[in-house]
Amino acid sequence: MNAPTTSPIVRLRTATKRFATASGGVHVAIRDVDLDIAPGEFVAIVGPTGCGKSTTLSLISGLQRASAGTVEVQGRPVTGIPAGVGYMFQTDAMLPWRSVLANVAAGPAWRGTPKAEARTRAREWIDRVGLAGFEGYYMHQLSGGMRKRVALAQTLANEPSILLMDEPFSALDVQTKALMQQELLRLWAGTNASVLFVTHDLEEAIVLADRVIVMTASPARVKDDFPITLDRPRAVEELRTSSEFVAIYREIWASLSGEVDTARKVASRVA
Amino acid sequence: MSRESTAVLDQPSLVKPGHRVEADSDAAALSRLRRARAKHRALVWTLRAAVLAAFFGGWQLAATYWLDPFYYSKPSLIWDRLYGWFAHGTSKGSIWSNLSVTLQEAVYGFVLGAISGVVLGILFGRAKLLAEVLSPFIQALNAVPRIVLAALFIIWFGLGMESKIATALVLVFFPVFFNAFQGAREVDRTLVDNARILGASRLQILRAIVVPSATSWILASLHTAFGFALIGAIVGEYAGSSKGVGLLISTAQGTFDAAGIYAGMILSTVLALLAEVVLGGAERRLLRWRPPAGGTATTTL
Repeated sequence: MNAPTTSPIVRLRTATKRFATASGGVHVAIRDVDLDIAPGEFVAIVGPTGCGKSTTLSLISGLQRASAGTVEVQGRPVTGIPAGVGYMFQTDAMLPWRSVLANVAAGPAWRGTPKAEARTRAREWIDRVGLAGFEGYYMHQLSGGMRKRVALAQTLANEPSILLMDEPFSALDVQTKALMQQELLRLWAGTNASVLFVTHDLEEAIVLADRVIVMTASPARVKDDFPITLDRPRAVEELRTSSEFVAIYREIWASLSGEVDTARKVASRVA
Repeated sequence: MSRESTAVLDQPSLVKPGHRVEADSDAAALSRLRRARAKHRALVWTLRAAVLAAFFGGWQLAATYWLDPFYYSKPSLIWDRLYGWFAHGTSKGSIWSNLSVTLQEAVYGFVLGAISGVVLGILFGRAKLLAEVLSPFIQALNAVPRIVLAALFIIWFGLGMESKIATALVLVFFPVFFNAFQGAREVDRTLVDNARILGASRLQILRAIVVPSATSWILASLHTAFGFALIGAIVGEYAGSSKGVGLLISTAQGTFDAAGIYAGMILSTVLALLAEVVLGGAERRLLRWRPPAGGTATTTL
């Protein structure tokens, strides 16, 4: 929506990822995926559980190499971890032996920012995610929602231009989840970052994104690509009940439900 | 702990007559809990003292009336021997000099063994090829009854402290090595991935993630390792030396002095317990970040 169709910041062409399975076979996680993400664009990927959405993220992040096809970030093929990428994992990735402050300061410090400056920047971000006063806490002393805030602050402290998010809120209760979605939108509005947000929750995808991409059941390919024209800024909780939202939901669900059924059939055959 | 008695402590004027008091104050409930806990602790310690008294009392009685104290000794004789050592010195010089030699040997052996175990363990844990190539050799070395090396080390290093330090070192090295190895391998994959994305280099990952996450494994091994260091030092002294608790024990054995052997055992036990206290303190400091053992569980008041 707010993205001009100039050169994309992320570009996948016929990207394919295969894994060797434990039983000696080959599992194709994603096949021939084409995907463009414009600078500043918020893209959500939905698809049935276990279809390979996360694999797409790990190819872009450089944590894994594509088996075939090309993956480019900011015009350069991905070989290592590309500059300007942030990644928020589904599970907790904070260091439990470090305080909130030290965790958030870690990114800048590892990238060579002097310690004092890294800490100052970390304090700002802790403040921005609403955790001022919790700088000295350890992870086990925080609630699930607070840990997500720390993770968000940690990722954003590096000021990434591409933010990859892998079902970051899936483990939260409904109210906390809605709150965190609102927070994410608020924080994202203050940056120029592109976001690629993987989720199996279609509501979440629509509420957050400029575009929702539907992936097929395994092996995942891009099935459909829906622009979401809801106005910003969005109020997450009110939006869900608006007629506009419901119409979009129906349209996308018509595309997604078929894949979910396929995935279920495969799962029940295996089980 | 009747409700009435504590309710009286609450301001009675605020309590409506006829209304059962639901909340006696939080403070009252807390102090009640604290008192109950203190009482429980006192009970546990009293029972512990009783166990000790029963053991030594029984031994004393048995050795006085049934057993031959020449073979089995008895607590009063052991006490006399310990008192004699501390008051008048041993046949091998002052007791403090003997204790200090044993402790030094154990500590040097422990420190050197722990450092080499941690460094090599973490290195092997992170370098897959190295671990794959050398693991059968390490298993084989671990299978060697290492205590026998004490004899060899005396030939190599002489009767001085060096040979005991070497024995303590090899005993300490393996448990620490295996735990450090395991700890370095069991690092949470997500933590490493996250750090890589955030921009950490291999060295930074090692320092910020691998070492701290292996620390709890390593610390667990250090507890038993100090015991091994002490065993190494004492066995080394026993095999041949000019000073130390092991020498006192071997001298006592040579003169059929059972009380002297027990006294030596008691001294080494005390050394081990003291070391345990020190290590426990260090562990608590290093692992402050961990949630308390009971989680965030609450106690009902």
